[in-house]
Amino acid sequence: MAGLRGEAAIVGSAEWAPKRKPDKLWMGLEAYAELARMALEDAGLKASDVDGVITGTNLMEARMLVPSAIAEYLGIRANFFDVVDLGGATGAAMAWRAAAAIEAGMCETVVCLVQTQMSPPDPRVEQAAVARDWGGGIWGSPQAEFEIPFGHVQGTYGYAMIANRYRYEFGLKEEQLAKIAVEQRFNAQQHPKAVFRGQPITLDDVMNSPMICDPLKLLEIVMPCFGGAALVITSKEKARQSKNRPAWIIGAGEHLTHRSVTYEPDFTHSPIKPSADRAFAMSGLKRSEIDLASLYDCYTITVLLTIEDAGFCDKGEGPRFVDEHNMTYLGDWPMNTHGGQLSFGQSGLAGGMSHVTEAYLQIAGRAEGRQLAKCDTAFVNGNGGIMSEQVSLILRGD
Amino acid sequence: MPRYRNGTQPVPFPTPVTQPFWDGTKQHKLLLQKCSACAHVFYYARTHCPACLAKEFEWVEASGRGTLYSYTVCRRAQSPDFAEDTPYILAAVTLEEGPRMSSLLVDADPENVPIGGPVRVVWDDDVSADLAMPYFTPA
Repeated sequence: MAGLRGEAAIVGSAEWAPKRKPDKLWMGLEAYAELARMALEDAGLKASDVDGVITGTNLMEARMLVPSAIAEYLGIRANFFDVVDLGGATGAAMAWRAAAAIEAGMCETVVCLVQTQMSPPDPRVEQAAVARDWGGGIWGSPQAEFEIPFGHVQGTYGYAMIANRYRYEFGLKEEQLAKIAVEQRFNAQQHPKAVFRGQPITLDDVMNSPMICDPLKLLEIVMPCFGGAALVITSKEKARQSKNRPAWIIGAGEHLTHRSVTYEPDFTHSPIKPSADRAFAMSGLKRSEIDLASLYDCYTITVLLTIEDAGFCDKGEGPRFVDEHNMTYLGDWPMNTHGGQLSFGQSGLAGGMSHVTEAYLQIAGRAEGRQLAKCDTAFVNGNGGIMSEQVSLILRGD
Repeated sequence: MPRYRNGTQPVPFPTPVTQPFWDGTKQHKLLLQKCSACAHVFYYARTHCPACLAKEFEWVEASGRGTLYSYTVCRRAQSPDFAEDTPYILAAVTLEEGPRMSSLLVDADPENVPIGGPVRVVWDDDVSADLAMPYFTPA
């Protein structure tokens, strides 16, 4: 099939350790400048090599014309620039967009920048109330009228409804979801930047943590953090000269159907399937050839559905798959070796990026104490909203 | 005092396009739209059919009966507006006419909520002078 040729690669990354509270006041442009500097240093490239910028929608100093604000502040003479607005799938979406732009000859080296969305710390004005429901609480939006007044806000309730529907259709034990959280926490103990490093948990800890929205408990729910991340993606010519082992972007797919989970066509068959199928077809790889699964994990149920819908097992077999596999970096089916966002931390859009970064670090052989013995291929899934925006990637090392 | 909520929650603020739906709620009518081109029945109120993008439609009254597609019991309020209401049950209801709808499940036992079971609409008239809120209860 037509698609990416695998001629662009991730060659460097930067990631701030997720923090419960910011350690200092970073303005958005200041944060992006520092993240870009760190990622370029990591890649062994110069600032002048960069001719492409992709960023998230949020920049506390600008409500529009965000790429130009960044290019000017960082001194980038860009041949390609884009804003990606795909929630938790943003990081994965940036990676293939950068690769496509490079393969199309639009540019040669792209920095992808994300950070936690912060309210502008403007001392001149009172802080406005935060719009409920991820920016949907605006007059005229269907969310403001048909969701928020009914209490359908944020994400936890939606994933809980999906989990209950899944249990109704296929059967699911709460311990099976809890095992996902426990094994990811195990992985996080080997990541120096993980917010929950030094705090391993047991199945009992998860099962005894407070019920938030049935059946999801506190330790199955991602914790909001502050942070930021950057990737450097470059052409075949530049990647071949890199001091790091490049992670070639050889497959990608996307699918999107809804914003409110109520309108997801089928709660137990997510939009991940068409996204993952496209990525695999483009890459030419089989599911069994994947060394690392790096799956968006805002909640444990997200991971379970992704394992099924990305085709690593049949529909309805996810709970058994989870029971039968050790999903740690020491196990037979390594998944979210950085701890996932559940245990590494979710710094807004940087949380989704962490799955791409970990796949890169594993392929590059730079994953420190959690390094897999063999990691030549990785499947990454990014997920936005409530099983809404889906972006799948396949990365491969030489 | 509203029948099912304590009065702190946000109330819908209709637009010209959605006004007929909310006007219907005052008469305890749950109104859906039926596309004149493809006969698709849809909820929530909007200008164009989400199946074919035609913009001609008629309002049709739903029976108010449906089945519970899924639910969750919020033990911890997911919005400060609902802080006084825990535990409350959020529901996705499949209406008899086809569309799915976000709502609250009221007058139900949080420890025994039957997915796939029948539900029917109940109305809360006390949230606003201008509209009533359609909630659901096990039928």
